[in-house]
Amino acid sequence: MLQTTTSSAASAAPPAPVPEKADRTRVPRRSNRAARRERRTGLAMAAPAVLLLILFLIIPVLLAFGLSFTNARLISPNPPRLVGIDNFLRAFSDPVFLRSTLNTFVFAAVIVPVQAALGLLLAVLVNQKIRGVTAFRVIFFIPVVTSIVVVSILWKFMYQQDGLVNSFIDTITFGAWQGTAWLNDPNTALGAIIVLSIWQAVGFHMLIWLSGLQTIPEELYEAARMDGASPWQQFANVTWPGLRSTMVFVLVTITIAALGLFVQVDVMTQGGPLNSTSTLVYQAVRKGYREQEIGYGAAISLIFFVLVLIVSLVQRRLTRDKED
Amino acid sequence: MKRRSLPVMVSLAAASALALTACGQAGQGGGSGDGPIELTMWTHSAGNPAELEVYEKIITEFNASQDEYKVVEESFPQGAYNDAITAAAASDDLPCLLDMDGPIMPNWAWAGYLEPLDLPESITDELLPTTVGTYDGEIYSAGYWDAALSIFARKSVLDANGIRIPTIDEPWTIDEFDAALTTLQSAGYATPLDIGAEDAGEWWSYAYSPMLQSAGGDEVDRDTMLTADGALNGPEANEFFTWFQEAFEKGWASNAGTLGNQEFVDDEVALSYTGVWNALASIEAVGDDLLILPPPDFGNGPKIGGGSWQWGISSSCNSPEGARAYLEFSFQDEYIAEFADKQVVIPATAGAEALTEHFSEDGALRPFVELSQKFALARPETPAYPVISSTFEKAAKDIMNGADVKSTLDGAVQEIDANIESNDGYGF
Repeated sequence: MLQTTTSSAASAAPPAPVPEKADRTRVPRRSNRAARRERRTGLAMAAPAVLLLILFLIIPVLLAFGLSFTNARLISPNPPRLVGIDNFLRAFSDPVFLRSTLNTFVFAAVIVPVQAALGLLLAVLVNQKIRGVTAFRVIFFIPVVTSIVVVSILWKFMYQQDGLVNSFIDTITFGAWQGTAWLNDPNTALGAIIVLSIWQAVGFHMLIWLSGLQTIPEELYEAARMDGASPWQQFANVTWPGLRSTMVFVLVTITIAALGLFVQVDVMTQGGPLNSTSTLVYQAVRKGYREQEIGYGAAISLIFFVLVLIVSLVQRRLTRDKED
Repeated sequence: MKRRSLPVMVSLAAASALALTACGQAGQGGGSGDGPIELTMWTHSAGNPAELEVYEKIITEFNASQDEYKVVEESFPQGAYNDAITAAAASDDLPCLLDMDGPIMPNWAWAGYLEPLDLPESITDELLPTTVGTYDGEIYSAGYWDAALSIFARKSVLDANGIRIPTIDEPWTIDEFDAALTTLQSAGYATPLDIGAEDAGEWWSYAYSPMLQSAGGDEVDRDTMLTADGALNGPEANEFFTWFQEAFEKGWASNAGTLGNQEFVDDEVALSYTGVWNALASIEAVGDDLLILPPPDFGNGPKIGGGSWQWGISSSCNSPEGARAYLEFSFQDEYIAEFADKQVVIPATAGAEALTEHFSEDGALRPFVELSQKFALARPETPAYPVISSTFEKAAKDIMNGADVKSTLDGAVQEIDANIESNDGYGF
């Protein structure tokens, strides 16, 4: 689950409800030879992907694991030395690292519910049978296909003291309220990045919710209407239960994407002002690559990996319990 | 699917996967076959057609001048260049000739990426001192030009507000500078000074560490190169950074606005702390009214950063003699003059100066030559520089945003010192 969901929009199709049990009973009996051949074919077909996975995923992770216990440098004539858990001790006494961890979780804690809810709301809106609804779908989806770097640069201008956001505020409040330079203020910078990030990615999750909505059979709504259910009752008793597997998928993808916040920070604030927007991934890149302390950077990445793993396991646990 | 096609498919897939991992190989170029030995050359100047044009001219003329070597050039955008070098070095795949930003050189030399340059002294002695990169007593890099920072102003504006026009011999003292900024602010310039704080990266160390040095501090103790203690957090540094913080608090400077010098051209700011590369555009816009002034004296005389992009030879070069021959060929006054005029940077030799349009005795940009000769100071020549620069930038930005000056500087010193220590002193 972890890999398929982190691998960006391209591979993230919504999990269609798979009729697993039916499949299993349909498998006909076969001779041993045929089964062996099938297994070989399967392995052969999986081989390219497995090779790439090993090369670009497994080996780097193992390397990072090894490096995090050394003082290895990106550029250095000195051979790396084993330093035990020094890097981890250093991380947990490094105020910037601790602040980055806090920021990362604050970001995720806001993004996950807000973006999921907003995506659902938009999906329900654009699921109506009215004219021109495709146009709305496209409009909401445009930010998703725009490069996040471009989006960040544009919003950076909009957030300036004399930028679009402030002139908008100025206009609608008739000059009663002056905005600040949003990205320059430690109190608003992370909030500003949150708003931009929600705007950018909500269309993607709207699309997934939408595909979920369209798997719910129309007969259920008809039946509900015949029972005299109000629109809200239809939503609570038909739509929401029908979206269960979609919900799990949306929550998991948003959470993992949110925890990996990096580009917006790198382009807009470089972790500032006063570390208010520094995140775990940003800190790992800054330390490991820009300051060349690959050992320490690997340690931060490893901590990040473990944290994401814990969060995903907890999420899985919570969503599975309810299913039973 | 036919059965016999399967092994073919698998081997194809495996081969393509392997090819993927190998496609990063830039290659040193085969020299063993017939024909000239190929020398690969990387520059950071993609996106800078003026600079590239001169390189292409030099390469064509060099390749035509003999048939032993052939230089093959590849250009990268500046933003991705250092990353490309680091990645190439990590995979032992550096090009023969490479250019580098001056202050990163000691780091690469220490790591063993670079070969001592060994150019004839008749060439290196002629060059501006800041265009020759020395580390550990050896010359590892040399460049065709240097850049310089100055303060741009309009003569009419200073006259109208009764502000003394400073000269190289008598620059503004910091009190005069403060008074000028106050006057200009009340004269209607909301933020009178553009110091480029909206930029990120190396600019911070390049632009603001000379101010710190002018105040008597520094990024690191240059006598030992082993600690930043006392240099980056001493009383002089505290005083300078307090000034820096107040400049933003009082609204003299801001970190909003656009990169480059447009605000000065549009007369939105009265003073602009910027580089020689912006001078021509400003002359075009402002004409004779433009003043190219030395930066203010924070106590120890004005300082500006020295050391721009320079050339070196990688230690994995298959033919260092060929690379050396190319570099010797390239350091001709006429090429240096061409770089200087096309790119608007200060030529590295006196011979080239005379040939240039902008930097000769009566050239419009002559003041930059004097600024560079008198005030240029290289950034600390230590392999720790990337860490020092990154830490300096972060600390200065935090201070700009209102962090406590003393504790921020102490923290930065601690970070730099820890790094130097964990690298066994970087060989010092």
